[in-house]
Amino acid sequence: MKPTSHNHGAAALPAGTPAPDFSLNSTPDQTVRLSEFRGQPVVLAFYPADWSPVCGDQMALYNEMLSEFKNLGAELLGISVDGSWCHAAFSRDRKLHFPLLADFEPKGAVARLYGVYRQGDGTCERALFVIDGEGVIHWSYVSPVGVNPGAEGILSALEELQAKAEVK
Amino acid sequence: MSSLASKSHLTLPDAKRDHIQGPIDARIALVEYGDYECPYCGQAYPIIKAVQKRLGSRMCFAFRNFPLVNSHPHAQHAAEAAEAAGAQGRFWEMHDVLYENQDALEDENIAQYAEALGLDAQRLIGEVLAGAHTARVREDFRSGARGGVNGTPTLFINGVRYEGALDETALLESLPEPD
Repeated sequence: MKPTSHNHGAAALPAGTPAPDFSLNSTPDQTVRLSEFRGQPVVLAFYPADWSPVCGDQMALYNEMLSEFKNLGAELLGISVDGSWCHAAFSRDRKLHFPLLADFEPKGAVARLYGVYRQGDGTCERALFVIDGEGVIHWSYVSPVGVNPGAEGILSALEELQAKAEVK
Repeated sequence: MSSLASKSHLTLPDAKRDHIQGPIDARIALVEYGDYECPYCGQAYPIIKAVQKRLGSRMCFAFRNFPLVNSHPHAQHAAEAAEAAGAQGRFWEMHDVLYENQDALEDENIAQYAEALGLDAQRLIGEVLAGAHTARVREDFRSGARGGVNGTPTLFINGVRYEGALDETALLESLPEPD
């Protein structure tokens, strides 16, 4: 698992690109806007679907890593094309302590903006973006859909951002 | 986390800090990141035992904690109990008992296991409740996250993540030829 930017067919937005802003439902009656987090790093974790076993592992792993992400000043947002009621059930079942955003209507619109929509499948890639405090993509990675990419690449990217912030 | 600072130490046994079985300089190094309440780790347990039996002193096995505490409510105390048993020199005995009793991992059960192993059960439970080994378990967890652990169990063979099937034949076939 090399933490380098590459992708498998889709053209995921690369490092250096301003992260497109969006607003999505995090619960049936609450929305989250990416630009609300300006000033701190954000980890966007696109995953194909709630309930599929590999995603479960990936989100379960990130759930356990939340304190590490927080220590590095970062906010974690999960995104899939599932609706907010589905996310709510999944989140409750897995005891997730971070928001899952519903890229549901128009379906996959945010995934398309980031170049990680899977046209034939109607889902998104398993893609990671680490966005810096200024809203610019610092690191991106697309994992094969069946492979849980782990947290190593995210941690390295966040540490780079922290080191950069300390130099300033 | 100085003892785990270098990358190779994330996935290779480290005699200074790890619980290991087999000689540290064995040609084959197997590191498991595991969770005592994880059913897949429970399935891996007898398989690893069988591989160890087959290879004897040609393999060094190290176990590190990777408790997924939101999925497994007993995993953290179980991990700390094994560490607490380790503080009394009996890590592996507790490790084995926990994997052999994955459906009974309440604190009372752990105290019973400690007693049955002839340990100072009061001290062991006291250390678990006081969080005496929490930092150690977290250090294991962090090293795993940095080393590429993406679920449990994750195995590393000579520092490389094992992606094959969790059965004895597949695992044995993937191991380098011992001397």
